[in-house]
Amino acid sequence: MTTLTTDLKRLGEVKAPVGFADRLLAHVGMADSYAHFETVLGTVYVAWNRQGVSAASRSASAADFEAWFRQDVGRQLIAAAPPLDLAAKIKDELNGRHRLRFDLRGLTPFEQAVLRKTLQIPRGEVRPYGWIAREIGRPAAVRAVGTALANNPIPYFIPCHRVVRTDGQIGNYGGGGPEAKRSILTMEGVRLKRLEELARAGVRYQGVKTTKVFCYPTCHTGRHALEKNIVWLHDEASARAAGFRPCKVCRPAAVA
Amino acid sequence: MDGTERLFERMVHEHQNRVFALGFALTGNRHDAEEVAQDTFLRAYRALITYPPDRIRELKQKAWLHRIALNVVRNRVRGIRPRLVELNGSEPDHARGPEDGALLKMEMDALAARVAALPARYRAAVVLRHVQELSYEEAADALGQPVGTVKANVHRGLKLLRGDDDDHSYD
Repeated sequence: MTTLTTDLKRLGEVKAPVGFADRLLAHVGMADSYAHFETVLGTVYVAWNRQGVSAASRSASAADFEAWFRQDVGRQLIAAAPPLDLAAKIKDELNGRHRLRFDLRGLTPFEQAVLRKTLQIPRGEVRPYGWIAREIGRPAAVRAVGTALANNPIPYFIPCHRVVRTDGQIGNYGGGGPEAKRSILTMEGVRLKRLEELARAGVRYQGVKTTKVFCYPTCHTGRHALEKNIVWLHDEASARAAGFRPCKVCRPAAVA
Repeated sequence: MDGTERLFERMVHEHQNRVFALGFALTGNRHDAEEVAQDTFLRAYRALITYPPDRIRELKQKAWLHRIALNVVRNRVRGIRPRLVELNGSEPDHARGPEDGALLKMEMDALAARVAALPARYRAAVVLRHVQELSYEEAADALGQPVGTVKANVHRGLKLLRGDDDDHSYD
């Protein structure tokens, strides 16, 4: 009698398998998984969950990444084998082909709007902070845009490095400081020297005489214009006065 | 992470062993036990996120999880007899002198399989009372049955377990 009930009691002391709670929390989307990937940017730690990629960082070690993630995102994080296609998707995304989904749940609606807009900036181009602010319908919130980008949990993939100061200077970068920002933009094909020279000369836009369209200097639609047809413009008012209309692709000003 | 998620995380860590053990005793193997435990917590999660704060505060987590787990087991084995006990490997090989941990694991596997082979009404009663160590009142509450019924089912279940096996004597 006592032996049977004692045995049954021991049956009740059987432990759940190792990692059960972690797997469960990951399954309901409360914990994220992570792995590190070798990329054109070096080793990048990437966290993901069922909603998509949730964080990325060029951390020095797994421990650093875990500590940063728990502090910044506030969920649990578990080292895991990545889904089979994730490495290829990461490579494509860094090469300018959008293949990843992103989980921005922990961010405010404003921060989400800023990051979603940033995703639309093509590789090889840059936009001012003020452009993001205007495009998301908050033209006065330029500084807040800067803050939201500085706190971007998924740098490199959400290309906050493609947002520069309104005066054309490169500006700061949460993903590793101004130097990292310069090197990533250079890798993406942005001619920084030229951009900075234009900025110093007070030039904001490039107009093309033949089309009467003005663009941001890095906009790909103006890239093939002949040198003799290019005019450098200092502001929207003088551009419009000279008969130019804003480009519908890079949208340097509200398109009527 | 919001309050409900934090609560769920604590709930998982606090009750995972209990829910797994319940699944183990009711299904008779660790694989199914893990599935039952996972389904139980997933259902709990889906319910929790729809509950108003008052209801969450008043929740008796242990009893609630037991009820969900019993339903999970009932739904997945409905119409199917529990898996037959495999004879191969269920008998510990004393000649090779396996380690205590491995021996205990095999003993527990064998016992769980025997419990799982009980008829459903005895099995749930025995498991709640003697594996999970609920009081008769708590077990009756989880099963939605009168206390007297639970007592009788526990008694008959234990009797079957004792009489079922001639190799082990539980006298």
